[in-house]
Amino acid sequence: MGMLLEIKDLSTHFHTDFGVIKAVDRVDLSIDEGDTLGVVGESGCGKTVLALSIMRLIPTPPGKIVSGNVIFNGVDLLSLDSAEMRKIRGKDISMVFQEPMTSLNPVLRIGDQITEIIKLHLGLGREEAMARAIEMLSLVGMPSPETAIRNYPHQMSGGMRQRVMIAMALCCGPRLMLADEPTTALDVTIQAQILELIGRLKHDIGTSVILITHDLGVIAEAAEHVAVMYTGQVVEYASVENLFATPLHPYTVGLMESIPKIDAPWGRDVHLKVIPGAVPSLDDLPKGCTFQDRCAHTMQICREKEPQLKEYMPKHRVHCWLYEK
Amino acid sequence: MTMVLVDIQGIKKYYSARAELLAKEQVSVKAVDGVSLQVYSGETLGLVGESGCGKSTLARLIMRLDLPTAGRIFFEGENIFKLSGKDLKGYRRKVQIIFQDPYASLNPRRTAGSTIGEPLLINQMYDREGRALEVARIMDVVGLTKEQKGRYPHEFSGGQRQRIGIARAIILKPQLIVADEPVSALDVSIQAQILNLLKDLQKEFNLTYIFISHDLSVVRHVSDRIAVMHFGRIVELAENRELYEHPLHPYTVELLSAVPAPDPGRKKERVIREREVTGATNGQGKCPFHPRCPVRVEVCEKDEPELTDRGGGHFVACHGDA
Repeated sequence: MGMLLEIKDLSTHFHTDFGVIKAVDRVDLSIDEGDTLGVVGESGCGKTVLALSIMRLIPTPPGKIVSGNVIFNGVDLLSLDSAEMRKIRGKDISMVFQEPMTSLNPVLRIGDQITEIIKLHLGLGREEAMARAIEMLSLVGMPSPETAIRNYPHQMSGGMRQRVMIAMALCCGPRLMLADEPTTALDVTIQAQILELIGRLKHDIGTSVILITHDLGVIAEAAEHVAVMYTGQVVEYASVENLFATPLHPYTVGLMESIPKIDAPWGRDVHLKVIPGAVPSLDDLPKGCTFQDRCAHTMQICREKEPQLKEYMPKHRVHCWLYEK
Repeated sequence: MTMVLVDIQGIKKYYSARAELLAKEQVSVKAVDGVSLQVYSGETLGLVGESGCGKSTLARLIMRLDLPTAGRIFFEGENIFKLSGKDLKGYRRKVQIIFQDPYASLNPRRTAGSTIGEPLLINQMYDREGRALEVARIMDVVGLTKEQKGRYPHEFSGGQRQRIGIARAIILKPQLIVADEPVSALDVSIQAQILNLLKDLQKEFNLTYIFISHDLSVVRHVSDRIAVMHFGRIVELAENRELYEHPLHPYTVELLSAVPAPDPGRKKERVIREREVTGATNGQGKCPFHPRCPVRVEVCEKDEPELTDRGGGHFVACHGDA
């Protein structure tokens, strides 16, 4: 399988009254064709800004992609002008947003919203586009799609709206789909259905997926490779099996220990392990490693010099001095 | 642990709504539809269910923020809906709530100290100096520093704001705390800190919790007993371990199988079925779960199952023998 997307040294900064916020800071990542890359991290770690940077949807100003390349299918997306980018956005690369409640237009029927993209990118006429919309809706498991196309978003439940979003994202046969917290606003049983749907469609259509989430359970369930982000940087990258079997970065280890497990031994006095403190503010990051104040293994060098994301185990990269001999 | 603190008897809350914008007929949405439940002193009762199952409405009824359509709730033997004046104020002192959203539930124009100390002011407890001391003490208990009392909510992180909400709730030394999704707006690493804090406080102050959450892993971690709600009713109620190891109601089984396990080696078989889109207005005289139930029998369409004891305090509302 070839490489579909390669992100090299990508930095996206926001210029604010309080100084420069490095929301995405020198990120290197790649995704193969047909692969699912999970991006996991807590709020403010830069995972959404990373996705918006790939889509070239960063509001400028205040935001700006200050360095790097995003090479998709051999073309650097950052070098395209906006007309060229519009041809790719929604067609070759599409995006599913977190909130199915707010990302559909409330005054347009579902069918019109889906056919808009099809007409624009594939140049089909109204009737053909409508037929394709119905086909896509039945693909994502919408009961009676012929009726659904005449509905407005408010007539649907959250899970159904998210299916519409996925149908819209897939209707032009994209090579890559970015899904930003696609199940966070949904109930667990609906979440399970949507994850299953994304997995099945990926298998059938061969689309690569970048799945952004804060939920390690979702990652374990749906991703093949995982990037853990912290303060705008990728701090660990591995296959999902390796990441869960041998997490290397102290932050990843801490995250895994701090989630309550449904099959963990239970008792009144059982406490969860915690990562002390909170994520530092992005406008006031310490020198050296940004995790130093919350880490149990902080050494002198962590306070002085920033570690590099390096491969310390086969295909397992980590951004930490602990593994430097 | 066997003293009943809260005794909920057949509580119902119906809201009226119109099915269509201009429809003449009124339909009632049965947010809570006949819940009976005892909460024991000193325990944590977990209440789980998906959005719209009525768990927050039940919380509001227990807090007496809403009046029921039918049914009664007794707190230490007194019907809370009959309380008024001084007695009601006394009840509000004994029962406190922690809200889900630490961003929306704090007054942005009040300092942390003023929010935490307000319950003391309302109840005319201590003098000015005594209140300041008490606020400082409680802030220390919940992991804030007394230097932070002059700060405003926007100066705090999400986890710290939730600590303010908790401090405000415990300052009157209540007996019962209703925690309505207290950690679902927080990041994982902060969530663990708050869950540990709640456990410590329970031990220190001998608190009773009603812990509401949609997250089955979180509920598992904190609860002694767990009630599963579906369409305004309790469909299963059991001790923590019993519920997770031997779930009896098909809906509980479905919920448990839907939780993604943080373990890629164990992608499990799911038992999720497509749901029919039925509102909470339906389900008259039949089991509301029956359209997507794998163990349904004929009687499910004619008769609504009662919550019955299957032995050892494990209650289930199901006609099937699952």
